[in-house]
Amino acid sequence: MGLNIIVLAKQVPDTRNVGKDAMKADGTVNRAALPAIFNPEDLNALEQALRLKEKYPGTKVTLLTMGPGRAAEIIREGLFRGADGGILLTDRAFAGSDTLATSYALSCAIRKIKTYDLILAGRQAIDGDTAQVGPQVAEKLGLPQVTYVEEILSAEKGKLRLKRRLERGVETVETPMPVLLTINGSAAPCRPRNARLVMKYKHARTVTERQNLSEDYIDLANDRPYLNIPEWSVNDIECDANSLGLSGSPTKVKKIENVVFQAKEARHIQANEQEIEELVKELIANHTIG
Amino acid sequence: MANFFTDNPDLKFHLTHPLMKKIVALKEDNFEDKDQYDYAPLDFEDAMDSYEKVLEIVGEICGDIVAPNAEGVDAEGPRIENNEVVYAAGTQQNLDALVKAGLMGITLPRKYEGLNFPIVPYIMAADMVSRADAGFVNIWGLQDCAETIHEFADDDQKMRYLPRISRGETAAMDLTEPDAGSDLQSVQLKATYNEKDGKWYLNGVKRFITNGDGNISLVLARSEPGTTDGRGLSMFIYDRNHKAVKIRRIENKMGIKGSPTCELVFQNAPAELVGDRKMGLIKYVMALMNGARLGIGAQSVGISEAAYREALAYAEEREQFGKPIIKFPAVYEMLATMKAKLDASRSLLYETSRFVDVYKAYMHLSKKRTLTREERQEMKYYQRLADFFTPLLKGMSSEYCNQIAYDALQIHGGSGFMKDYPIERIYRDARITTIYEGTTQLQVVAAIRGVTTDGYLKRIREYEAMPLRPELHGFRRTLIGMTEEYERAVKSVTDVKDNEFLDFHARRLVEMAGHIIMGYLLLLDTERDDRYRNSTEIFIRLGRAENKARAEFIANSSLNDLGYFKQIQEA
Repeated sequence: MGLNIIVLAKQVPDTRNVGKDAMKADGTVNRAALPAIFNPEDLNALEQALRLKEKYPGTKVTLLTMGPGRAAEIIREGLFRGADGGILLTDRAFAGSDTLATSYALSCAIRKIKTYDLILAGRQAIDGDTAQVGPQVAEKLGLPQVTYVEEILSAEKGKLRLKRRLERGVETVETPMPVLLTINGSAAPCRPRNARLVMKYKHARTVTERQNLSEDYIDLANDRPYLNIPEWSVNDIECDANSLGLSGSPTKVKKIENVVFQAKEARHIQANEQEIEELVKELIANHTIG
Repeated sequence: MANFFTDNPDLKFHLTHPLMKKIVALKEDNFEDKDQYDYAPLDFEDAMDSYEKVLEIVGEICGDIVAPNAEGVDAEGPRIENNEVVYAAGTQQNLDALVKAGLMGITLPRKYEGLNFPIVPYIMAADMVSRADAGFVNIWGLQDCAETIHEFADDDQKMRYLPRISRGETAAMDLTEPDAGSDLQSVQLKATYNEKDGKWYLNGVKRFITNGDGNISLVLARSEPGTTDGRGLSMFIYDRNHKAVKIRRIENKMGIKGSPTCELVFQNAPAELVGDRKMGLIKYVMALMNGARLGIGAQSVGISEAAYREALAYAEEREQFGKPIIKFPAVYEMLATMKAKLDASRSLLYETSRFVDVYKAYMHLSKKRTLTREERQEMKYYQRLADFFTPLLKGMSSEYCNQIAYDALQIHGGSGFMKDYPIERIYRDARITTIYEGTTQLQVVAAIRGVTTDGYLKRIREYEAMPLRPELHGFRRTLIGMTEEYERAVKSVTDVKDNEFLDFHARRLVEMAGHIIMGYLLLLDTERDDRYRNSTEIFIRLGRAENKARAEFIANSSLNDLGYFKQIQEA
């Protein structure tokens, strides 16, 4: 039984290697100083989708990403790893979206895609760290959702068996499909790009990219339709314009502050029963653990 | 988060050598695959872009997976379970990642599910994998065996075995036996033809077999009973699925510990003859070994790169007497010399790879259509160069690799002797490179023909005639002086007309040619990119001094002197 899977993915600034110039004076992210990457937990989500594709022949994996034109790179990165296709949701009208407006736009696009058994998203993006978009999309589509998923154990007879990674353990749950899952960073890392797929899809472009770039292989996509990355604007999805972008975003950033962690002196203890016990007692006493 | 391709601009520099245009044109033959395979290149630029993108994948896997696993693999090593070799966990993880990324069968044609890449990008991948884990490259690099199957097996065998390699099955080349090491003519493993079922069966022992439990093995065996030399040997394919080989043991080695070195007992193991009977050693093993030697060149360069980087990082970090130790002449001289040897080795590696690429591409093309006279001549010309350069590369780069690893550990001081730093592993791994696939001494035996037939001299003259910017002419003058000295040394040795005397001085002469050739290669690299100027300066100075010492030794030796060195035999 093949599944139709949509993977929600986001292009994010690489906040894992933040330098001094990561933030601008006005408190916004200096995107130019940080390389744009595939949000790490979205890669974990893609890997889960690709594993299902290997396990259940006929499965189709489609990436959906919202962002500026250059976010088409996310679709290509997905194609290089084994996704079957992808859609770039891009329009000036989406600019300034908070999680509510983003999840609204994504849910409208998913309604247009129509056929799906499973929507996978990373738990959260490393730029905003909200973990809200996945759950909000599920709510807007009226779908059940399972968060913190670490592994999809099986997808049989319209039901998924899942392993969730929770703070104090692992939970195995079962859910009907269609369903939205958010995948945890502890899930299997995404596979590397595949050499053949990279060579096959490296010329994949959106229409806008073809117009803007001086491409040598401009006619190639006529013979190879898989090289066209669909680009959807506001006009391509049914939506209420007031719920998009800045006007659809109730979140207002008041102020951004630099927080400097205060490093305290390290303490060394000997690896013997007595010192360990004393430390544990101390930690319980000051409520660090317990 | 490291990428061993993008963090090393030397690789892209060598990838974009002008001769690649010819290599790609021959390899892709009018880009005829482009309508049949969605991953075939459309033109030269597209092909080069594909090599680069694929090498980026290799670089990422090396930096993120293979290199971080190296320490654990070294400690854990492979083991035998139920007569099967089980790799260390990290080794298996490395292999899975490379297979998933489609990085097996890199040079095989697309009809065998390969990537149809030239040797240059393949060797470049091996260069990176070696830097990440020198033991692991042996397992991954044995896809070389596929090249031998591709060259000499019949169509049916190619269709059955090659796609399996492309899909990720591993290979082995089973040559060495307890009494047949350097002297492969003494191979005893018996191949018996059974008239009843029309099949060959193998019986006997192989020793020191890298990845001996690989899926597909090429086995050298004696097919002609009663013979005792190389003419009685044939080449066979053994498929592991037959389960007719006992893995007797895995050797406990000094280095490359992740690479399983096996002792195998063939017990009536069914096998298929490759090509013609009696050609096993004379033709097929020679081809196999040449490929493998190029691979050891890549391994040596990769290990040198790893060692140099460790030493540089340590020397910049470690402070003594109030400053980083790199500030002391004794240390910075070592580092700069290491870098010069590394750059020279890498340049020789890719020069040799290009020669192999051109002639092999012509050879495969000749099976599709008749070559023109000029093409045939060109094929011969490059084949000759490849034959001369392969042993020179293997000998020089592996010796330099050991020198670089030695100095890199030295720079670490006492810390280098401890297990705390990667350099002790790199040092142990380096040691095998001058030994296997023919010791340095045997490379000299192969390379001395390049000295006596003027093969090296002719190429040196060609380098001499290549255009250079005026400010680089001084280097050329030095190299011309070194060449004259080399010619005098060759003449004084060959004039004696005694083979033992020639053998006695062979290594000196080969190394003299090597220093000149590597000096020219660095100079030509500098012509293309000034970043190699420093290494050129250092290497040519070093080479000039080294050659003088050798010339001096030769000038003061006569046939009678050999007696002093033979004395010990009589004691």
